[in-house]
Amino acid sequence: MSADPQKPARNEWPLWEVFIRGQHGMSHRHVGSLHAPDEEMAIKNARDVYTRRNEGVSIWVVQARHIAASSPSDKGPLYEPSETKVYRHPTFFDIPDDVGAM
Amino acid sequence: MNTSPEYFEFLCQMGDNTLILGHRVSEWCGHAPVLEEDIALANTALDLIGQTQMWLGLAAEAEGAGRDADALAMLRDAWDFRNCLLVEQPNGDFGQTMLRQFLFDTWHLETLRALETSTEPRVAEIAAKAVKEVSYHLERSAETVIALGDGTEESHARMQAALNLLWPYVGEMFVPDAVDLAMAQAGIAPNPTSLRPAFDARVIEAMIEATLILPDSRFAHKGGRSGKQHSEHLGHILTQMQWLQRVYPGAVW
Repeated sequence: MSADPQKPARNEWPLWEVFIRGQHGMSHRHVGSLHAPDEEMAIKNARDVYTRRNEGVSIWVVQARHIAASSPSDKGPLYEPSETKVYRHPTFFDIPDDVGAM
Repeated sequence: MNTSPEYFEFLCQMGDNTLILGHRVSEWCGHAPVLEEDIALANTALDLIGQTQMWLGLAAEAEGAGRDADALAMLRDAWDFRNCLLVEQPNGDFGQTMLRQFLFDTWHLETLRALETSTEPRVAEIAAKAVKEVSYHLERSAETVIALGDGTEESHARMQAALNLLWPYVGEMFVPDAVDLAMAQAGIAPNPTSLRPAFDARVIEAMIEATLILPDSRFAHKGGRSGKQHSEHLGHILTQMQWLQRVYPGAVW
């Protein structure tokens, strides 16, 4: 059986990435993915799969194909140059005691 | 505490509906067409069993005969069950399950909204908790029924067949019996007849969107809510649901 690149391997619903905000004031965090026929069902499925133990106050879903990702093969040029630039970390300041925890 | 036999019967009608449908829906666990629906159905089943604990717990208190919710659920036989016939009907395919759920959810939500203003505070409290769960059940079942009805040729045909099969079980939910009339008189529960227009409006709206045709008949199978004539399916459900308590009386986790 030859694979047709125009067709998905199986007749499946699209894949969605799910982001949940755990409490007000926090940012949404990626929690996993699921399949759903459209965005409304994706939110409902996310509610049932990822918030059944009271994990969230807000759900975002986005189709996985809309996420642009960096390429693992670009790891060297992308990330290694910053490894040697410790002066970019704000660790060289003396924090006055009065400021408290930062 | 109201200790009238009608109040006990009414609480059993509410609790037996959620118990039997909860059990039916739980039969999908591990078998649903996709993982996401499997978990969603299990959540719905658990919501319904949770509501059962409240309704049958209150029923046992009202009865005052030393039984508790577990005894009512696990140690009564078919003729003592007061659920409507709709909820004991077999799951069939996924579409048939979701259509049964949609018809029940629509009735359930209207009923719970009315019960929120019950003259019995305990009933109003249970309704207020359940109404949030059931609003979501209805959102989900309605959306699925519409998507499958207005879907492919095959899904449409299956949904129409399910509707033709289940529609004759709808009428029973709206035919008042002596228990309903006593509850309505006391302001504890609505007369079910009064809920029919809102039910019909919601169902018709969804059926139009789903491109499904409502059968042109108001014939209604009856006998579940009175316990006089359950369908043969209830006995099979109870056999599976109750066997452990029957074989090992008093067994706990």
